[in-house]
Amino acid sequence: MKILTHIGSYFIMLKLTFGKFTKWKILKQLILKDIDTLIIGSLGIVSFISFFVGGVVAIQTALNLENPLLPKNLIGFAARQSIILEFAPTFISIIMAGKVGSYITSSIGTMRVTEQIDALEVMGINTHNYLIFPKIVSLSLFPLVICISMFLGIFGGFMAAVYGGFATSADYIEGIQMDFIPFHITYAFIKTLFFSFILATIPAYHGYYMTGGALEVGKASTVSFVWTSVVIILLNYLITQLLLT
Amino acid sequence: MIRVENLRKSFDDIEILKGISTQFKKGKTNLIIGQSGSGKTVFLKCLLGLFKIDSGSIHFEDKMLKEMSIIERSVLRQEIGMVFQGSALFDSMTVEENIMFPMQMFTKKVNSEIRDRANIAIKRVNLIDANTKFPDEISGGMKKRVAIARAIIMNPKYLFCDEPNSGLDPKTAILIDNLIQEITDEYQITTVINTHDMNSVMEIGEKIIFLKQGKKAWEGSNKDIFHTENKAVSDFVYSSDLFKKVREVYLKEETTQESPQHED
Repeated sequence: MKILTHIGSYFIMLKLTFGKFTKWKILKQLILKDIDTLIIGSLGIVSFISFFVGGVVAIQTALNLENPLLPKNLIGFAARQSIILEFAPTFISIIMAGKVGSYITSSIGTMRVTEQIDALEVMGINTHNYLIFPKIVSLSLFPLVICISMFLGIFGGFMAAVYGGFATSADYIEGIQMDFIPFHITYAFIKTLFFSFILATIPAYHGYYMTGGALEVGKASTVSFVWTSVVIILLNYLITQLLLT
Repeated sequence: MIRVENLRKSFDDIEILKGISTQFKKGKTNLIIGQSGSGKTVFLKCLLGLFKIDSGSIHFEDKMLKEMSIIERSVLRQEIGMVFQGSALFDSMTVEENIMFPMQMFTKKVNSEIRDRANIAIKRVNLIDANTKFPDEISGGMKKRVAIARAIIMNPKYLFCDEPNSGLDPKTAILIDNLIQEITDEYQITTVINTHDMNSVMEIGEKIIFLKQGKKAWEGSNKDIFHTENKAVSDFVYSSDLFKKVREVYLKEETTQESPQHED
């Protein structure tokens, strides 16, 4: 029953978020600030993880190609498929649930604990719109992050495969072009857009409706990470089922 | 003026406010006092509309809060200034930006004009060299001053303060009290202060409401409180020997002032 209450409150929160809008001049500043914190601020870690995981995927594939009849271009093919279809959109989103999600929960939660949200409400501001809407808008740029992650993942695979002596650059490049289905990119970006909405709203919900003090802010961040990850995984299954089968 | 009639509020079947009726007059500092858990903060939050009341009514001038349209409520909120217990300053903004915020949000004035208005408010609360500092770089007393400046920048009709003295040293607490009273007189604001600071009660309590277990147990001024025979109020206000002495001295002085008249 408790989970139903939470689901209900979450949708009420969404309704209020798109209710009375904050003055555009202020909203614009909040959006730009959130783009800087949530998107630009995540590029470093996303790039680092993508590059090295791409490399590991290429090495793992190469080490499993024991049969000499299997062509070396499969390394590039496997790296491309796993990075575009799953690693970049889904696993980077889960990593972002940890980084961006906890930031959103703790920043809004701290505002709740220190009565800053009450102060905004007393002024007559739609606090849902003021706090959550800029995060939804800025995270709608999340597909750009995923695009960079895809590129760096495949590039990391190239570096590992070629400089590790597992394949020639020609083999790898042939592999990443082999049997390419453009819809896979569309699929990856569609699910990324859904994940970005989840990344903005579930942590915001946990921050906005938290009660207690500093300890509870920490707890709320953990709970928000768990639920964001769970919803992303379930949504990933659902979208894959709908779009790829 | 704010008029409250038979206000009731419960949380999970536990009644916190049990039919409070009172009036807060314009240009007066009205104090709500009572022990922790007596319902002071809930009462204040009900007045602010942050909590929905179960029954009764709250009137701002002649308009009932419950019956106000969304636009009327929005207008009313802009006429309210609030000083929170922990100041509730926005961490990501400087002192000046914090004070400018309500005007930026609700007026069409250009930034330079808003900055001028903010500087007047900053001057009014005696904040020196703090414009570009962030809230975590200033002291508790300065934070309260910033919160007061932010609350008065829109020239509010109503000023609410939730324990404005908590966490301050006695000297700063008195300065903040005096500042609130001066502003109340100067701008003719209806000020409602939630406190359990006895210095504030003695110094600025033009009207005092004593809450006990969610009920209004006593009402009067800081002069009346010296004469009260209400046991609950006496136990609360004069719980320390210091205030017992203050009362004794006050009553003694009053008697000596009155006696020559009797002799006449």
